[in-house]
Amino acid sequence: MHNSRRNFIRTAGCLTIGFCLGGSQAYKSPTPLQELPPDLEQYTGINSWLEVLANGRVRVLTGKMELGQGIRTAIAQVAAEELDMEMSQIEVGLAETGCTPNEAYTAGSGSIENSAMAIRNAAAAARQKLLELAAQKMNVPVTELTMAQGKISLKGENRSLTFAELLDGKQLTDEIPSPVTLKARENYRLVGKAVPREDIGRMVIGKPVYVHDLRFPDMVHARVVRPPAYGSKLLQFNEQIVKDKVPAFIKTVVNGSFLAVLATDEYQAIQAQRLLRENSKWSDGPPLPKLSGKLLPDYLTALPVETQQVSKKGSTISPAGNATVKARYFKPYIMHASIGPSCAVALYEENRLHVWTHSQGVYPLRDTLAAMLHLPADDIHVKGVPGSGCYGHNGADDVAADAALLAVAYPGKHVRLQWSREDEHAWEPYGSAMVMEAAAMLDSSGKISHWKYALWSDTHGTRPGGNADNLLPARYLEKPFTGRPSGYSGGAYRNAEPYYSIPNQQVDAHFFSGPLRTSSLRSLGAYANIFAIESFMDELAEKAGKDPYEFRLRHLEDERAKEVIRKLQSLTRGQERVHTGMGMAFSRYENSKSYCAVAARVMVNPDNSAVQVQKMWAAIDAGEVINLDGIKNQIEGGMIQSASWTLLEQVHFDEQHITSRNWDSYPIFRFSQVPEVEVAVLNRPAEEPLGAGEAAQGPAAAAIVNALYQACGKRVRYLPIASHLQSVMKGR
Amino acid sequence: MMATIDLHVNREKHTIQADPATPLLYILRNQLALNGPKYGCGVQQCGACMILLDGKAVTSCMLPVAAVKNSEIVTLEGLTGADNTLHRVQEAFVQEQAAQCGYCLNGMVMSAVSLLQQNPHPDDAAIRAGMQRTLCRCGTQARIIRAIKRAAAGIGS
Repeated sequence: MHNSRRNFIRTAGCLTIGFCLGGSQAYKSPTPLQELPPDLEQYTGINSWLEVLANGRVRVLTGKMELGQGIRTAIAQVAAEELDMEMSQIEVGLAETGCTPNEAYTAGSGSIENSAMAIRNAAAAARQKLLELAAQKMNVPVTELTMAQGKISLKGENRSLTFAELLDGKQLTDEIPSPVTLKARENYRLVGKAVPREDIGRMVIGKPVYVHDLRFPDMVHARVVRPPAYGSKLLQFNEQIVKDKVPAFIKTVVNGSFLAVLATDEYQAIQAQRLLRENSKWSDGPPLPKLSGKLLPDYLTALPVETQQVSKKGSTISPAGNATVKARYFKPYIMHASIGPSCAVALYEENRLHVWTHSQGVYPLRDTLAAMLHLPADDIHVKGVPGSGCYGHNGADDVAADAALLAVAYPGKHVRLQWSREDEHAWEPYGSAMVMEAAAMLDSSGKISHWKYALWSDTHGTRPGGNADNLLPARYLEKPFTGRPSGYSGGAYRNAEPYYSIPNQQVDAHFFSGPLRTSSLRSLGAYANIFAIESFMDELAEKAGKDPYEFRLRHLEDERAKEVIRKLQSLTRGQERVHTGMGMAFSRYENSKSYCAVAARVMVNPDNSAVQVQKMWAAIDAGEVINLDGIKNQIEGGMIQSASWTLLEQVHFDEQHITSRNWDSYPIFRFSQVPEVEVAVLNRPAEEPLGAGEAAQGPAAAAIVNALYQACGKRVRYLPIASHLQSVMKGR
Repeated sequence: MMATIDLHVNREKHTIQADPATPLLYILRNQLALNGPKYGCGVQQCGACMILLDGKAVTSCMLPVAAVKNSEIVTLEGLTGADNTLHRVQEAFVQEQAAQCGYCLNGMVMSAVSLLQQNPHPDDAAIRAGMQRTLCRCGTQARIIRAIKRAAAGIGS
């Protein structure tokens, strides 16, 4: 990296004084979306994870991104705890190639389990090493020393040394031992508490926080003209009109069917985009299926499929079994629909490409940009900067790719690209539509004896992961990357295996290639699978003549599962109101992570059948709590978001393309529709901490439809409720 | 097509050169380098771009800059006191930790300030109605309602 101050500001790379991982990291591209093994195995030195700064602070390095889930704060908490420092003395450096560890994606609720735990160990190892150094320097046993606020002092004396003084300008390069001595839990000052997030304090006063807020000298503005359909090709365009009408016009960039415009003024860039769109001709491309919402499930299950048997125990249900309960469920395509459309800044200068992005995976993105641009990965520097909440794989990587293409086409200036609302709604990858079929038999005591479950789905993971087919602009270049976007298919059967004890069960997954672009959306297949399974459990409970709580408890052996259910039961006693129904649901995310039980109280207006989710409750067991408020915030948010998905949301399309282009054509919950929420956290300090970000999505959906059934006697199996309740009410 | 326009933003006068049809949002963010109002949809559907125009919260993404040259414009940054003291609404949002990604926060705070100006002690229904123009995708609305109630409670009756 050049040392000139001008370059330092322009590239705004690693800002620390200390050692920064330089050169190429041997990035072993993992199977997309498979979590790396505990990241300590790959990054064994203390200085991979933290740096001691001359000003008395410690900078913690994480390969994860802050998405609004509060991970930055939780990570600072564990570091401050082990090092006996104040929160205000800790900085957190977010994912950046060449600076932080490569922790692949911030996804799958893995940040606490992986990054925070790695940092806990690194900080504990640093503590040990610093005490040893101080003991040497002061010529006393370690037992005579205390550590506080970044200093080590002799007990009962004034003599103290700061960490920086102890290290004398160096960093701690020692290996993190395994096991390392961690602070005893009973001595925790910070972990487990509701430590406030420092970034919220900056947000309320309008400090720059987001990638959208980045400003660089002489920065230019770009907009891309997207095709009218997935398969359209650019035939011609009239650049002269734009040159004539837009004074701030710089140039158009065209590469195959990738068409973009640069301008020195943002609003003029938007006008140029509109003019170009109005003055360009595109081919039609293959049509999308012409369907109404009710026909989509049938269309999808008729597609050719690849089938995978997910699990099998005992014997299958005989089709002739007359005690079989059967049901079919459907979940439509739904969007991430981030409030802030995706944005990126890129600069190509002196043969190096710099990209500022809110991608969930900066290292995979770097590799994928290298593939798309035919540049060495070592010449690409990707820095993670928070964006708005993204909830999975949305447009963040695509806009970074757009910006990168434009930066290479216009070197020497920072290029800022802001997707419009319409761009984001029409082009982001969606959560796949899914069809679920469940069948079960009960024995004479009312317990489930046989269970058969099948699901139909498209892929739940097409993240870049080194594969340029998965980047939107790459598919439209002169030399396009044309493989069908591919990646992780296991997400479809996430939580498809019931967590209940059922002696005979079979679960099958059928994978189709559907009409719309799909990828990871919060909880992947678990939202649909738990919606179906937990709706079905209520249907079975009714058949068995059992209370929904008791029915589930009877089929569970895991005490932690039973406790969240019992906790929910006690929270919701006496919560019924007139014209309402109460419903509940339970799941253990991925059958191995957080336990979450959710209840909902739903009102159905007797006159017009309007549905209102009045209140929702959750009991969550996420193992050891790091930040109590962070967990509550994620679960409250997950319930409200899932309620919006369940009641309102579906992506609409016609034969040409997506027609859900803005908040009118894709409505989400407004304030009048949001339920009250209440969350009880069961803290298990002796257990491993578990990610909680996705735990509520599935149970919230089922709790709502179960409550709806109690309220009006109608069972909605096809989502969203707003589209299907009327037909259910009319008995169709 | 460019014009010289004087604006009054956060109690300061600014003279800018712009196409008079440029929506105020872009002038505030680009010419004046303010971060408060945000681009969310550009069609007045989400409220991320809210500012106070002569004391009332309005969207700025379709408001031509020429139309506001005689108005008092206050952005999120302008709510903070000269000595860095937080407005009661800003303080309440921090106390209640009423944010996840925080991108909608500008619209929420500006709408809440406007709401409390008109109705210093709104009940639940009035808060929901008053905040109907702003969208949040992370599901932080329950906390935002609590923050508004907290700010209202601090207002002397």
